[in-house]
Amino acid sequence: MLGFIARRIAKGIVVLLAIVVLNFFLIRLAPGDPALVMAGEAGAGDEAFIAQLREKFALDQPLPSQLGAYLRSMAGLDLGYSVRQQMPVATLIGERLPATLLLTGSAFAISLSLGVLLGSLAARRAGTLADTAITGVALLFYATPLFWVSLMAILLFSVRLDWLPSFGFETVGAGYTGLGRALDIAHHLVLPAMTLGLFFMAVYVRMTRSSMLEVSRLDFVKTARAKGLTEGVIQRRHILRNALLPVVTLAGLQAGTLVGGAVLTETVFAWPGIGRLMYEALLQRDYNLLLGVFVVSSAMVLVFNLVTDVVYRAVDPRIEVA
Amino acid sequence: MLKTLMAGTVLSLALAGTAFAQTPKPGGTANAVIQPEPPGLMLAMVQNGPTQMVAGNIYEGLLRYDSALKPLPGLAESWSMSDDGKTYTFKLVRNATWHDGKPFTADDVVFSVELLRQTHARARGNLARVASVTAPDPYTVVFTLSEPFGPFLGIFEVGSLPMVPKHIYAGTDYKTNPANNTPIGTGPYMFKEWKKGSYIRLVKNPNYHVAGKPYLDEIYWHVIPDAAARSVAFETGKVDILPGGSVENFDVQRLSALKGACSTTKGWEFFSPMSWLWLNNRKGPMANKAFRQAVSYALDRDFARDVVWNGLGKPATGPFASTVRYHDPKAAKYSYDPAKAKALLKESGYKGETVRLLPLPYGETWQRWAEAVKQNLEDVGIKVELVATDVAGWNQKTSEWDYDIAFTYLYQYGDPALGVGRNYVSSQIAKGSPFNNVEGYSNPSVDEAFAKGAVAVGDDQRRPIYEAVQKTLVEDAPVAWLLELQFPTITRCKVHDLVTTGIGVNDGFRDAWIDR
Repeated sequence: MLGFIARRIAKGIVVLLAIVVLNFFLIRLAPGDPALVMAGEAGAGDEAFIAQLREKFALDQPLPSQLGAYLRSMAGLDLGYSVRQQMPVATLIGERLPATLLLTGSAFAISLSLGVLLGSLAARRAGTLADTAITGVALLFYATPLFWVSLMAILLFSVRLDWLPSFGFETVGAGYTGLGRALDIAHHLVLPAMTLGLFFMAVYVRMTRSSMLEVSRLDFVKTARAKGLTEGVIQRRHILRNALLPVVTLAGLQAGTLVGGAVLTETVFAWPGIGRLMYEALLQRDYNLLLGVFVVSSAMVLVFNLVTDVVYRAVDPRIEVA
Repeated sequence: MLKTLMAGTVLSLALAGTAFAQTPKPGGTANAVIQPEPPGLMLAMVQNGPTQMVAGNIYEGLLRYDSALKPLPGLAESWSMSDDGKTYTFKLVRNATWHDGKPFTADDVVFSVELLRQTHARARGNLARVASVTAPDPYTVVFTLSEPFGPFLGIFEVGSLPMVPKHIYAGTDYKTNPANNTPIGTGPYMFKEWKKGSYIRLVKNPNYHVAGKPYLDEIYWHVIPDAAARSVAFETGKVDILPGGSVENFDVQRLSALKGACSTTKGWEFFSPMSWLWLNNRKGPMANKAFRQAVSYALDRDFARDVVWNGLGKPATGPFASTVRYHDPKAAKYSYDPAKAKALLKESGYKGETVRLLPLPYGETWQRWAEAVKQNLEDVGIKVELVATDVAGWNQKTSEWDYDIAFTYLYQYGDPALGVGRNYVSSQIAKGSPFNNVEGYSNPSVDEAFAKGAVAVGDDQRRPIYEAVQKTLVEDAPVAWLLELQFPTITRCKVHDLVTTGIGVNDGFRDAWIDR
C-alpha cells in the first residue's frame, strides 16, 4: 500500500510538471498581456508606460527564460509574485482557499448526502409518484442555469423574505468573534452552499437510483430475501453498500474540483473564493496568479484521485490497488 | 383660492428652506460598492477607475474643480499665474499632515512631480511643458513652464496629480516599495484594512486639515462582482452608495425609483466620458471620407440613448463633449438620416466589403449597443461582422489596429488640450497603446490647431482655434461620435453631499454625511 502511494506521488509530480508547462504556453496564447490590460484600465498609456509595465512583469524576457525562471521558483515551492496585486501568489491563494473549501465542501456534503438519500428513496419506490417527483426535481435543479437559480433564491430569501444575506462571507464591520462569527458565516453560507449543492445533487440521485435498481436484481439479494431479512436491512446492507461504488467514483471526481472553486456561485454571491480569483486573473492576464491557481487545484485533483483509490479499497476489498 | 395657493407656495418654500439648512451630522458608516476590485490603491502607480474612486479619499491633489471646472482649493489654498502664462505659484495649506503624522510641505510637491513623471503616463504628458518645480519656502511651490500651456490649472486633480509622501518614497524603488500596500496620503480618510475579494475599509482622518471634516467615521467599499447582486445589495439596504456604472443600465431607473433612493448624474463634468466608433482610417472603405460620413448618418443615436441606455446620456455632436471647454454646438452635422447615408455610400464606391465591428467587452449594455449599431449599418447596406473579445483581447486588437470599426469611450478631462486632442493629432499615432489616435487620422491643419490651442493664453485666444478645429473634424468624420455617457450615482437619500464637485465620487467623501 505504501509503495503504491509513493509511486502515485512520483507520477503525480511528473503530471504536475506537464500541467505547468502546458498551461504556461496555453495562457500566453490568449491575445493581450497584463501590461496592455493595466494600461487599458488606466485609460492612458504611452509606449514608455507599457514598456515599463512589461519590464515589471518580466514580459520583455524571451519565453523559454520566463518558463525557466518559473520552474526554478516552483522547484523551491515558490508560486511566484503577482505584480498586479503586489503580493506573493501563495499568499493570495492562501487567503482565498478557506472560503472556497468551506463553500465547496458544504455543497459537496449537501449534494452527496441528499443525493444518496433521495436516490435510494427513489429506487425503493421506483415507478411511483415519489420516484418521479424526486428525479424530476433533482433534474430540474441540474438543468436550470446555476446563476439563475442563485438569483431566484436571492430574490426569494433575501429580497422578499429577508431571511438570508445575499452576498459576502460575513457581516462586514459587525465585529463578531468566536461562535457569533461562526454563526454569522454559516448564515451567509446557506444560500450559496444550497444552490451549488442542489445543482450537483441530481447526479448522485440518478447514479444511486440506477445503481441500486441494478443491484437489487442480483441473485444475492434474492438470497437475502429468502433468508427472511427485513426489507430495511436488505436495502441498506446488501443493496446500497454494493451500489455505492460508482457513487464513490463520482464523488472522487467532484472532490477533485473542490479547490477549483465554483466561479458562478462565488461571483453571484460575492463569495471571496478561489474561483473568482482565478476568473479575474484570467481576465487580467495575471499569468503568475493564474498558473498558481492551476497548480494548486491540479495538485488537489491528484491528491483526491489517490484518496479515491484508497477509499475504493475500503468500500470494496475485492479491488486491488496497483 | 389664490390665497391658499400663495400660502401653499410659501409653505413649500419654507420647507425647502429648512431642507437646505440641514447641518451635517458627524458619525456613521458609509457602505459603497466598488467594481471591479482595484489592483492597488497607490494612486501614483495605478490609475484605473476603481483605484481612483477609493484612493481619492486617501490622497489629495493641489486643486479640486467645481462642476463648471473652475479650480477650488485643495492642498493649495491659493494660486496665481504670471502675465506671460509661464509661472504658476501655489500657496499650500499650512496644517496638512500625512496620515503618519509628518507635515505636508512644498518638498513633497516637488518630489511628487518627480515621481509621477516616472510612474503616471497621463501626468507625464500633462507635465511635459514644466521646466522646473521649486519650493522657495515650505508652503510655496513655483512651477516654471517652458512655454504657456492653456489648461495648466486643470491638471491638479487628485487622480491626475496625486501628492505622495517624500519621506516614504524618496530613495526607494517606487514600484516595489512595501508602503504601496498601506497607502499614506493627506486625505480625509485613512487606509485601514483590505480583505481581498470582500471589502476595503477606510477610517476617518482625525487630523484632517479642513476643520470639522470629514463627517463619517468609516467607509466600507464592498467588492461584489455580479451586477445583479449589486442591485440586490442596494435593494436590501446592505449598501447605500452605488457609484456611477455600478449596476447595469436597465436597473438604474428601477433602483432610483425605490423608496428612499436618490440619484444624480452630476459629478462627471471633469471626466465627460464620450463614446464613439473608431473607424480605421488606414484601410478599406473607412479610408474614404464619404464612407465615414455615411456611417455617421446611419447611426440612430436617439434610439441608442432611449433603448440601449434607458434614456441616459446625450447624443454627441462632435469631438468635444458639451461639458468640455470651447464646445461649439454649431459644429454639429450628423442627424439620423439613412437616405443620406445610402447616397454617400454610393458616392464612396463601397463594394459590399464586410467590415469587422469590435464591441466594448464591458457588459450587457455595450453588447446590445453593438447589435443596434450593426443593425443601423446593415439598414443602409454596410455588411457587418461582430467580433467577440474580452478586455485584454480588445486592448490588443485596438492598440495593434487590427479592426475596422471599434467601440470605445474616453475621458476628456475638461479641456481639449488634455483629453480630446490625443485622439486626433498625428503625433499620437503609435502602435501599442489603445488610448491615442487609434483610428490613424492625420490632418496637418488639425495638428497645428491643437498645438496652437494648447499654448494660447486666455479664452479669447483659445476659443476661435478650437471652434475651427471642431468644424474640420466634424467634416472629416475620422470617427463616428455616439453619446456623451452618463453614469448616475445612486444613493440612499439619507446620504448627503456625496457629489459636490465636477469630479464626483472620485473626489473623496470629504463633504459627505449621513442623516441618522
